[in-house]
Amino acid sequence: MVLCAQSMHIDADAQCVKSIHYRVKCGFPSPAADYTEDSLNLSEYLGFDKPSVFTFSVSGESMINAGILDGDKVIIDRALTPKNGDVVVAVVDAEYTLKRLVRRADGRFELHAENPAFKPIQFAEGQSLEVWGVLIGVIRKCG
Amino acid sequence: MLVDVNNFYVSCERIFNPRLRDVPLLVLSNNDGCAVARSNEVKALGVKMGTPWFKIQDLARQHGIIAYSSNYTLYASMSDRAVTILRDICPDLEVYSIDESFLRVEKIALHYGGIEAMSHAIRDRMQRDLSLPVCCGCGPSKTLAKLANHLAKKNPEFNGVCDLNSLSKSERLRWMSRIDVGEVWGIGRRLAERLRVLNIRTVLDLRRADPKQMRAGFGVVMERTINELRGVSCLSLEEVEPPRKQIIVSRSFGRPVKALSELRESVSTYTARAAEKLRAQASIAAAVHVFIHTNPFKENMPQYSASKSIALANPSDDTRELIAAAQHALTALYRPGYAYKKSGIMLIGLSDKSIQQRSLFDDESQRSRSSQLMTAIDRLNRDYGRDTVTWGSAGIARHWSMRAENRSPRYTTRWSELPIVH
Repeated sequence: MVLCAQSMHIDADAQCVKSIHYRVKCGFPSPAADYTEDSLNLSEYLGFDKPSVFTFSVSGESMINAGILDGDKVIIDRALTPKNGDVVVAVVDAEYTLKRLVRRADGRFELHAENPAFKPIQFAEGQSLEVWGVLIGVIRKCG
Repeated sequence: MLVDVNNFYVSCERIFNPRLRDVPLLVLSNNDGCAVARSNEVKALGVKMGTPWFKIQDLARQHGIIAYSSNYTLYASMSDRAVTILRDICPDLEVYSIDESFLRVEKIALHYGGIEAMSHAIRDRMQRDLSLPVCCGCGPSKTLAKLANHLAKKNPEFNGVCDLNSLSKSERLRWMSRIDVGEVWGIGRRLAERLRVLNIRTVLDLRRADPKQMRAGFGVVMERTINELRGVSCLSLEEVEPPRKQIIVSRSFGRPVKALSELRESVSTYTARAAEKLRAQASIAAAVHVFIHTNPFKENMPQYSASKSIALANPSDDTRELIAAAQHALTALYRPGYAYKKSGIMLIGLSDKSIQQRSLFDDESQRSRSSQLMTAIDRLNRDYGRDTVTWGSAGIARHWSMRAENRSPRYTTRWSELPIVH
């Protein structure tokens, strides 16, 4: 059974009258009623809701020591400015590559794999390094 | 302000495939028929919009032109992202087409220190977030904003941004005197020809024409266009897409179709799709128009082209009634012995469902049951994917459906088609 009640509430500061409707349930109220929340939103957590965010599929094992395996899906944000030490998607030889951006002592940038079997990718004087976006997450399903 | 993505389909293809960046690239229409988007390299080779692909095969081989089938899933997804970003910059926005949006910027531009600075901020943001090149055109009316966009796109000295207000009057008029009248928004090819007869050849000529006098010969739309060219804003921003006045669904077949049974399937499918769109905008249709034709480019083959409209006893949004009418029209149109290339249907005489006028013989309970059935079907198809519930006459195999032989992956909407990173 549901009762409807209306109470008048006077707001002293604003000098106006607000009316509040509320429902009173007869019976034991759920102790959790005031604590309900939406379930976990994976898309929001991973940053999928931003228009500048794209997903790539990883091929190869060059980043295994960074915890990124062959077949993982990586989430890349184009809106972020790449910093020294970020894992980035860069364009090398007209292909996308996922590597760590490392600034050397002389100020030049290199791309490092996270796997000792891969050599750093270096850029000659005058050659430009194009960073496509910055890694913000990794997705992997198990089993 | 009009923000327009340069060579939109081509630009979308290039985002996810760096190999395509410097090659002449073409996107073909439904069924790989003709060019619907061209990279600048292809434009420089003189390939016009709408050129049939088979007519440029030699040129393509010679210059290494790469042609992709259109990937509307990808383009729509990138368009959504672009609109999200533009709305974030300026909420007062009208989506005009898949790659164009009108923005009302006069107040917001102040925060950026002027329209030019705001335009460059938009260009930088679209490049950074989406890797999409855009041009911004600005003026006191939509028609002038569109013209400014054209200037920004065609003349490198503008650097992708043209604000007509920032030009002096003499400069403005000089630019207008250099642009063909056919480039004005709303002036199609046929209208441009009629204007040329009156010695109206450039945008400036049209701007100088007398709006009242032109109204007599060309109607109220022409009067409005001239006023808009003079800087009087007559068209407001339509923030919500107005309901369409007609709904067309048509496709070319993947291969020539000869049998009536296959044409029937295609017409049923298109009618079902059109009816869904009709219900989505809460309209009813008064008539169904069906057309079929052979391939006009196959000049050595016998040609046939015909269309027919069937008026409904009562305007309707019931797929079954619309399909019945469409099939009736098709039966009357069909001639055996031809290789058909395309079929299509158009729902016409649309009106608001809520103000439906009933005829004497209309059965109220029948109407409401039909309405419930259609709602249920639309919901199933929306929730469980298109074609969950389909119509018996639409066929299942669909041998005639669209050809897309070289479509790129749907990079942004399918887990199985993501771009690869090494």
